[in-house]
Amino acid sequence: MKKALLNFFQRIEPDKKKSPFLHTLFDGFFTFAFAPNTTTAKGVHIRDGMDLKRTMVHVVLAMQLCYLFGTFNIGHQHYLALGQYTGLLEGFHLKLAHGLIKIIPIFIVTHVVGLGIEFYYAMRKGHAIEEGFLVSGALIPLLMPPDIPLWILTVSIFFAVIIGKEAFGGTGMNIWNIALLARVFVFFAYPTYISGDEVWVSALEGTSVDGIPTYMSAEYGWAHGFFDWIFSGVGWNTFGDGGVLVADGFTGATPLSLAASGGWESVTSVYTESQMWWGTIPGSIGETSKPLIILGAIFLIATGIASWRIMVSMVLGAVVMGMILNGVSPSEFTEATPGIFKFMAIPWYYQLSMGSFLFAMAFMATDPVTASSTNTGKWVYGFLIGFIGMIIRVINPAYPEGWMLAILFMNTFSALIDHYVLEANMKRRAKRTQVAVS
Amino acid sequence: MLTSDMAFGQSGQSGFSYFIYSLVGVAVLILLFLVVQVADNLLAVEAKHIGADNGKANYSIFPRFNELFSPKAPSFVGESPVTFLKQGHDILLEGAPASTTIEEGTVTTFAIQPPNFIGLSPIPKVLVEVGDEVKAGDPIFFDKKVTDVKFVSPVSGEVIAINRGAKRSISEVVILADKEQKFRALPAYDLDKGNREELVAYLMENGAWPLFQQRPFNVIPAPGDVPRDIFVSTFDSAPLAPDANLVIEGKEAAFQKGLDVLNQLTPGKVYLGLNAKGDAPAAAFTAAEGVETNWFHGKHPAGNVGIQIHHIKPVGGQDKVWTLGVQEVIALGTMLSEGKYDGSRVVVVAGAEISEPKYIRTAVGAKISDLLKDQTVNDNVRYISGDVLSGQQKTADQFLDFHDDQLTVIAEGDYYELFGWLLPLSPRPSVSGTFPNFLFPDAQFKADTNTHGEKRAFVVTGQYEKVLPMDLYPQHLMKAILVNDFERMEGLGIYELAEEDVALCEFVCTSKQPLQQILRQGLDTMREQS
Repeated sequence: MKKALLNFFQRIEPDKKKSPFLHTLFDGFFTFAFAPNTTTAKGVHIRDGMDLKRTMVHVVLAMQLCYLFGTFNIGHQHYLALGQYTGLLEGFHLKLAHGLIKIIPIFIVTHVVGLGIEFYYAMRKGHAIEEGFLVSGALIPLLMPPDIPLWILTVSIFFAVIIGKEAFGGTGMNIWNIALLARVFVFFAYPTYISGDEVWVSALEGTSVDGIPTYMSAEYGWAHGFFDWIFSGVGWNTFGDGGVLVADGFTGATPLSLAASGGWESVTSVYTESQMWWGTIPGSIGETSKPLIILGAIFLIATGIASWRIMVSMVLGAVVMGMILNGVSPSEFTEATPGIFKFMAIPWYYQLSMGSFLFAMAFMATDPVTASSTNTGKWVYGFLIGFIGMIIRVINPAYPEGWMLAILFMNTFSALIDHYVLEANMKRRAKRTQVAVS
Repeated sequence: MLTSDMAFGQSGQSGFSYFIYSLVGVAVLILLFLVVQVADNLLAVEAKHIGADNGKANYSIFPRFNELFSPKAPSFVGESPVTFLKQGHDILLEGAPASTTIEEGTVTTFAIQPPNFIGLSPIPKVLVEVGDEVKAGDPIFFDKKVTDVKFVSPVSGEVIAINRGAKRSISEVVILADKEQKFRALPAYDLDKGNREELVAYLMENGAWPLFQQRPFNVIPAPGDVPRDIFVSTFDSAPLAPDANLVIEGKEAAFQKGLDVLNQLTPGKVYLGLNAKGDAPAAAFTAAEGVETNWFHGKHPAGNVGIQIHHIKPVGGQDKVWTLGVQEVIALGTMLSEGKYDGSRVVVVAGAEISEPKYIRTAVGAKISDLLKDQTVNDNVRYISGDVLSGQQKTADQFLDFHDDQLTVIAEGDYYELFGWLLPLSPRPSVSGTFPNFLFPDAQFKADTNTHGEKRAFVVTGQYEKVLPMDLYPQHLMKAILVNDFERMEGLGIYELAEEDVALCEFVCTSKQPLQQILRQGLDTMREQS
C-alpha cells in the first residue's frame, strides 16, 4: 500500500523547470503524505521527531472541539431566535445541517484563497510550501460571524496573507497575527458585517410588522432544500421555506454589547451565567464555548506547543485591570449613571467569561511568531495584552471587545519588549564577565 | 484581595471598614517581615565578616528559592554545594556497552589529521615521508605560522600514506603501528624546578600543546597565551558517551600529575566539574589535589565543560580559558612522570547497529574499520566519530578525530515515512509532549539520521532555552550571527559557546536549523575580527 502510493507519487512528479507551479503543488502534497527521506548532513546526526507540520497540526487539533460546537451553535442560535427547537438537543439534525451549510463555504473559501496565495509565493520564491497557513486557515473561520459574505472573506484573506505575511517574507517573518489581520481588515473596512447586534445570528433578515421593524428567517437556499429532501425521506423535521418571524423579545446582542449599555443587570436579563459558560450564545463561530476552549488550551500547554507563560500572564493582566475598573466604578448606580460605569462595575471574574477573552488567550496571543520570543518577554507581553485588552473592551465607547486590537497592538511591540530583555541579558553578561576578569 | 476588593466595589459602608481592617493587617505583616529581614541580613553580614561566607553556602534563615524546589543531592556529595541544572535532556539510545571491561584493541592503523585542530593553516609543514619509521612522540608536522608547536605521532610504526584533501591541504597522515610500541625518550622535566616558560616550551616541543583547547573559539592556544583558568569536566553526559570512572582506573597518579602541570600553566585556578547524578565519581576526581571541585547535577549538556564554565566563572571576550578532557590530562601527566608521549586512549564503540558495543584501549586517531574488526555491522549505517549530537560523520576507512573517545554507529534514515509527521509508527527520541515518550522515561531509542521534517524559518520560540542550562538566548544569538551583528553576538554570549553546547538545541529545533554550523560561522567571524 505504502509502496504503491510512493510509486504513484514518483511517477506523477512534474518537471521542476517546465512547470514550477505544478511541481511546488506536487511537493506540497507529497511531503504531506510522506515525511521526506532527507538525512542529517552537518551538525547533529539525529533529529527530534518534531517538525513544523506536526506543531501546526496540533494547534489545529486543539481547535476541533470549537469547530464542532461552533457549527452546532450556528444552527442553535438561528432556531433560538425563531423560538423553535429551544431545547439544546431538539432539532439537532437541523441545527447541525444549518451550521454545516454556513461553515463549510467559509472554511473552503478560506483555504482555497489562503493556500492558493501560499502556493503561488512558494513557487515564485522557489521554496517548499510552508505550513503557516494551516493554523491561520483553521483560525479565520472561527473568528468570523456566521453570515460573513464570502467575497469580504476573500478580500480580507488576500490582505492578511499578502500584505501581512508574504510582504514580510513568509511564515515565521510576519509581525502581526495573520488570522487577526484578516478579522481586523473586515472590522475596519466592512464594520457593519462584523459588529453590532444583527450579525451574530445567521440567516435572519429585517422586516416589519405593523410598522415596527423586526426580523424573520431568510429564505432557505438549495443546500437547505437538499437536506430537507433527505430529512423528509427519513421522516424527520425539515427546514421549510423560511420567513418565520423571530420570537418575542428576541435580541441578537452579545453579552458584551448588553454589558456596555446596561451592565451586568442587562446581561443577566437575557443570558444566564451557564449559557455564557457553555457557549449557547451568539458570537463569532468559535469563541463562545468556554470549557471547550479551556480544553484546547490545556491540550496546547500539555503538549508544550503554546506558551503557558503568555496564557497565565494574560489572565493576570486582565484580572488586574478588571479589579482596577471594579475599584474605580461608583458603588451605587442612579438613573443618570452612564452605561460605561455599569460595565466597569461588572466583577472581573464575569468579565473573563464574556466575549472572546479565552479564545484570544488560547489561540491568538500564543502565536510564537508574533509574540515576544524571550521567556521574560512573554510574561510582559501576555500581561499587557490582558491589561490593555480590558481597557479597550470597557472604556472604548464604540465596540465592546478588545482582544483583537490589544493583541495586534502588542504584536507591534513584542520586538521592543524582546529588545529590552536582550539588553538586560547583555548588561548582565558584561557585568559578570568583568567580575570574572578582575 | 478578592473579598476585600469585591466588598469595596459593591457594598458600600460595611465594606469600607473591612477594607480598613485588611489594610491594617497587611501593614502589621509588612512590619514583622521587615524586622525579620533586617535581623537576617545582619546574620549574613556577620557571616561575611568572619569569612565563613564563600558565596555558596546559605546563611539566611530563608531558604533560597532554588533550594526549595531543587532535588536533593545524593549522599556521596556530602556537604559540598551542588549546581542543579534544570534545563537539558538525556537522549537515551540503544547500543551502550553491556560490560565495563576494557578490551585491548587490535587497531593497526592510525592517523593524525590536521583538520581536527581549529585555527591551524590547511597546509602544515609535514616532517615525514611515506615509508618513514616513526616512534610514538616523534613530530609529524607543524603549522608554518606557529613553528614551535609540534604535532606528534600517537604510535610507533611506518608512515604509509599522506592523504590530501581539497586545494592540496593535508587531510591525514596515516601510520601503520608496530606490534611492539617504541617511544621517543623525552628529556626529564622537573615540575618543581622549572618556571612556566620552560614548561610551555617543553610541552610545545614534545607534542602536548595540541591537547589544550582554548575558549573562546575552541582553538589550540597560541604559544604566548596565558589562560585565566583551566577547566576539566570529569563526566560526559552526551548520548552513549564513555564513563570517565572506567577510563581513570589505573591512571589515577597520572591524572593527578596532569592536574599539577595545569596548575603551573595558569595563574588562576584549575576547576574540576564533578557529576552529582548517578554513581559516585571515582576518588581520583573527588579527592584531586590543588584544584577546585564543583558538583553539577543535571541532564545533558551538564557534562559539557562550556556549561560548567558558565556556572563557575564565565568567559568574556577579554579573557581566555583552557579546557581538557580527562584522557588528555592523563596523557599530560604521563609525559611528565614517565617521560614519554602517551597517545593511548580508551574508546567506546557504541550504537544500535553493531553486534557488540564495548570499551577498547587503543590510541588517538584509530581507524574505524579496525575498531569494528570483530563486529558485525548492519548495512546502510553512519559512522560517527564522537557522539550523535556533535560528532563528525566518517566512512569506515577514516579515523577517529583527535579529541574524540567515542565511535557511534547508527542507522541511516533515508526512507520515506507515510504520514510520518502526523502518525509516526516507530518510536523516536523527542522532547516534544506530542509524543508519548514522557510515559516511558527510561525507554531507549533506536535513532536514525532521518531529519523528520524539512528546514523552515525560525518559528517556535523558547524551545532552545529548555535544553540549554545557561543564561543565554540561543535563538537571538543565532539570528545575530546570521545578520552579522557583532555587538549582539558578543553581548549575547557567543564567546561562551562551542558547537557541542548548542548541539542539543539543534537536535530539538522544530525548524531543523543547522545551529552548530551557524555558531561556527559566527565564531570564525569573531576570530577574524579579533
